[in-house]
Amino acid sequence: MATVERKTGGGIGEAVLRKEDRKFVTGEGRYVDDLRLPGMLHAVFVRSPFGHAKVKGIDIAAAEALPGVHRVLTHATLPAETGVLCASNPPGSDVRQPEQPLLARDEVRYVGEPVAIVIADDRYIARDGADLVLVDYDPLPVVCDAEAALADGAPLVHSGYPDNAAATLVHETEGFAEAMQGAARTVELRVVNQRVTPMPMETRGCIGDWQQATGEVTLYTSTQVAHFVRTFISFVCGTSEAKVRVVTPDVGGGFGAKLNTYREEFAVCSASRVMGVPVKWIEDRSENAVATIHGRDQVQYYTAGVDESGRIVALKFDAIQNNGAYHQLLTPTISHLTVFMVPGCYDIQNISIRMRQAFTNTTPTDAYRGAGRPEATHGIERLMDAIADDLGLDAAEVRRVNFIQPEQFPYSSSTGLVYDSGDYDTTLDEALRLADYAGFAARRAASEANGKHRGIGLSTYVEVCGLAPSAVTAAIGVGAPGWEHSTVRLHPTGKATVITGTSPHGQGHATSWSQIVQTELGIPFEDVEVIHGDTAFQPYGLGTYGSRSLAVGGVALHRSLGKVREKAREIAANLLECSVDDLEWTGTSWQVKGSPDRAKTIQELAGAAWAASSMPEGVEPVLEATTFHDPPNFTFPFGTHVCEVEIDPETGRVEVVNYTAVDDCGNVINPMIVDGQVHGGIIQGLGQALYEETVYGEDGQMLTPTLVEYLVPSAADVPPMTLARTTTPSPSNPMGVKGIGEAGTIAASAAIVNAAVDALSGLGVRHLEMPLQPARVWNVIQEAKS
Amino acid sequence: MIPSTLEYTKATSIDEAIAAVQAGARPLAGGQSLLPMMRLRLAAPGAVVDLGGVAELVGVCEDGDEIAVGAMTTHRAVAADPLIGEHCRVVAQAASGVGSLVIRGRGTIGGSLAHADPHGDLPAAILAVGGSVIARGPGGERRIEIGDLITSYLTTSLADDEIITQVRLPKGNAQSAYAKFHRRAIDWSIVGVGVAIGPDGVRAAATGVGDKPARVTGFEAALNGGASLDEAAAAAGDGLDPSSDLDGSAEYKRHLVGVLAKRAYLEAQG
Ligand SMILES: Cc1cc2nc3c(=O)[nH]c(=O)nc-3n(C[C@H](O)[C@H](O)[C@H](O)COP(=O)(O)OP(=O)(O)OC[C@H]3O[C@@H](n4cnc5c(N)ncnc54)[C@H](O)[C@@H]3O)c2cc1C
Repeated sequence: MATVERKTGGGIGEAVLRKEDRKFVTGEGRYVDDLRLPGMLHAVFVRSPFGHAKVKGIDIAAAEALPGVHRVLTHATLPAETGVLCASNPPGSDVRQPEQPLLARDEVRYVGEPVAIVIADDRYIARDGADLVLVDYDPLPVVCDAEAALADGAPLVHSGYPDNAAATLVHETEGFAEAMQGAARTVELRVVNQRVTPMPMETRGCIGDWQQATGEVTLYTSTQVAHFVRTFISFVCGTSEAKVRVVTPDVGGGFGAKLNTYREEFAVCSASRVMGVPVKWIEDRSENAVATIHGRDQVQYYTAGVDESGRIVALKFDAIQNNGAYHQLLTPTISHLTVFMVPGCYDIQNISIRMRQAFTNTTPTDAYRGAGRPEATHGIERLMDAIADDLGLDAAEVRRVNFIQPEQFPYSSSTGLVYDSGDYDTTLDEALRLADYAGFAARRAASEANGKHRGIGLSTYVEVCGLAPSAVTAAIGVGAPGWEHSTVRLHPTGKATVITGTSPHGQGHATSWSQIVQTELGIPFEDVEVIHGDTAFQPYGLGTYGSRSLAVGGVALHRSLGKVREKAREIAANLLECSVDDLEWTGTSWQVKGSPDRAKTIQELAGAAWAASSMPEGVEPVLEATTFHDPPNFTFPFGTHVCEVEIDPETGRVEVVNYTAVDDCGNVINPMIVDGQVHGGIIQGLGQALYEETVYGEDGQMLTPTLVEYLVPSAADVPPMTLARTTTPSPSNPMGVKGIGEAGTIAASAAIVNAAVDALSGLGVRHLEMPLQPARVWNVIQEAKS
Repeated sequence: MIPSTLEYTKATSIDEAIAAVQAGARPLAGGQSLLPMMRLRLAAPGAVVDLGGVAELVGVCEDGDEIAVGAMTTHRAVAADPLIGEHCRVVAQAASGVGSLVIRGRGTIGGSLAHADPHGDLPAAILAVGGSVIARGPGGERRIEIGDLITSYLTTSLADDEIITQVRLPKGNAQSAYAKFHRRAIDWSIVGVGVAIGPDGVRAAATGVGDKPARVTGFEAALNGGASLDEAAAAAGDGLDPSSDLDGSAEYKRHLVGVLAKRAYLEAQG
């Protein structure tokens, strides 16, 4: 299944075993819930059981009378300067920013919206207390579907606005209308990208610890963006940013759900301020289903103007994004990322885009693995197959005639991005070869003889990673920059500490960063410690999301290592009594060119720099360097995934029988970790394609609040996979790296659905929506037959 | 997902367990259904009595024309038991398909029947072979046919102070099989059908087709009346009343009963 054999010890390019795993596999990881502070109390939130209701009154007397309950706080008694803040205001979209108070003031707008906090000796008592809080609700009409929310006469989610429009993004290139008119044919397709729940293994959780005497507050929280949380705590809780410390212990997965700042994080700080002791809250699984952001939920209408060869001469994209009831940290930006990637890896210069965002009575949506790009890829890749279908062409050929060609890079897309590098035909060729595309007809015949329908599906994707050049984040209205920080510190003994602004929560940065240090500085892998996750000792870091850690944080590290190496060179020249130009770097030491006996190892130089007794003029003691790296551009990983499925027409079950992925993420630091990211990404995409859907009933109730209804694939549901890579280095950074954290998820759903549609194409089926539940597929088969 | 406060005791004999139940405690077997319900606060017993320490409730033995299975025998043990495999294969197969290895290692045959989940696999498989349970209370023992035990959604005819001590499986069901249709490996059945071919003809029972397991009378009658297997499969959904939900429409589920009954029948035939 893997492309690589595992090894231990090594530098860039080696499949080193992950140094962080020992503690995780032996149960010694330390998560928020493992922390116990003296005097700590426990919080449970009382949450709305209604999708939309007036809150007419809250009776806390019975709850506060329960032995062990210390206090019940409501909007009236929980101090806050402001509500939850959204950092995203796409320009020109007139985005609406409704107030999102920490606890509901007089209205609740989705099931799960917090109304009160019960603070007790332990979680169990707090939960019992929550049952005793009597909230007087007056239910209001609800709307959960985004298209329905934008229709005339829909119930208003926020009565202060005249309609449920949250924001609208429009973009049209000059000459679009003429190009569309001149098209030989048009192909239309409606695609639903259903709502899903990120479902990290570790739910959210946090502990607020407010020191009354000093006004200092420490928040321990399971997050991907500690510094961001710190900045926002200072605003929401009304204190100096310099008095706020955010600590991120081990984090058990995020998938974007923890790229956010949530009501509960602010609330435990404020509650601790009121109570005078630390207050802890741990989200439970069903709570996670309603209280943590959801992903996707976008309906897309495509109209492609094509010529007879299937080449798209003009593309119209009209979509509706369900934002949920409020705007979380980046909600309005997520479908903006979809807008950017609408053309995919195809040379489509005439484009017209409208993205309407809607408020609904649902949990807010925000970044979920891929964040806007999977929606774009799934749609355009379904469209490619629809074009092939309608024109009677081969799906691979339609892609080829539309691909951006290698000589077109750097390529300016019609949506305003500059793709750095790519070679789309090569990954397609390699994937088709590995998947034995040519031999498919025989396999299909064998399946048909067995009473099964077999199909093959392609997904050729490009994505945008390495978020983000700060000028770009500012231009698209994100209130945060996109640079990253690194510090490299050499100790007198020659060991190294790396402080990184990235925030690993499963990605293995301690390992990959150590490999970079070994290669660039010659300090052995095992002599490197990578630390992160505490704003008290770290310079500002932007965290881990958007497949940015290596392409931005790794490059920041690479630059700091270069600075250390050059400083070491000056010290070496001084010690060896030569000029810096006489020295060459051997990989582990500076030596006089051609004289191996006249050399200083990096460890010797670290010691000398600390001892500082014979430093060159003007050079400060100690080998240490810091870099704040702002990337000049995004990176654009790409690839081709090929999926083969068998469908049992009697039951409608879709089984993935073979899956091939050829990815190009530029240069690779640790192939085993990259394989792991691809495997996990594909499985998450497969989850959306086959199993997962967050469903709301007409009354606003969530119908999938537990893992019995919300189906996350397990290890036993993973299909056979073949992984391979091509390497097209990114010219945007000195390491030539791109990013791989989201690629699998971005590519997989379309490959799987395309395969399923292909399997049923003989019956005249042209499209299927996700997830491919057996019942849905069976219904489509029945309709096609009748 | 935080259960409410409760008292916990562990019984070491059937009598101790019955005394505890009489005093109001809820029996706790493998906990694979009761604990999730408690975490969701769908159940909030003030006290539970753990049957895990009652040795006489565990094990499988022959008893005349029947196999006696202790109520606390785990799915894993049932699935691997040679006696059950030989005489009532459908039950062993149903047990082997429950949830995952971890769940099978804890969940019990008695718990499955007492829980009466309308998607449970064991009730349907045991109904297909015409099994029964021995229930014991302060007043003594009685035998209850499976069809009379499970009365509705999560409801049985057990008295409040009775526990299931044994499950009785009639021999003579070597030619039998269970076909389960579900989505992920770990999932409950959307529909499951057990088929047993005995000297008196074909018996079939399904789960996921209403508020309790049901005999697939359309299929049985057609086959026993000499119809072809395909005709029997087409008639299998007759009279069954599954609900329409996220798993599919009632029509789809009735159709599945036929598909699964046919597959189980073919497998039972060997
Ligand atoms: C993730 C998951 C997947 C599952 N998948 C399946 C599946 O595919 N198919 C399937 O059939 N089941 C499935 N189950 C349920 C499993 O089979 C349980 O083991 C079973 O339903 C209950 O058995 P238990 O021993 O765990 O009982 P418990 O959970 O301990 O008890 C269940 C109920 O029965 C009562 N009870 C238990 N023993 C007795 C007794 N001897 N006398 C009287 N009352 C008693 C309890 O008081 C309680 O009300 C799954 C469970 C989980 C958690």
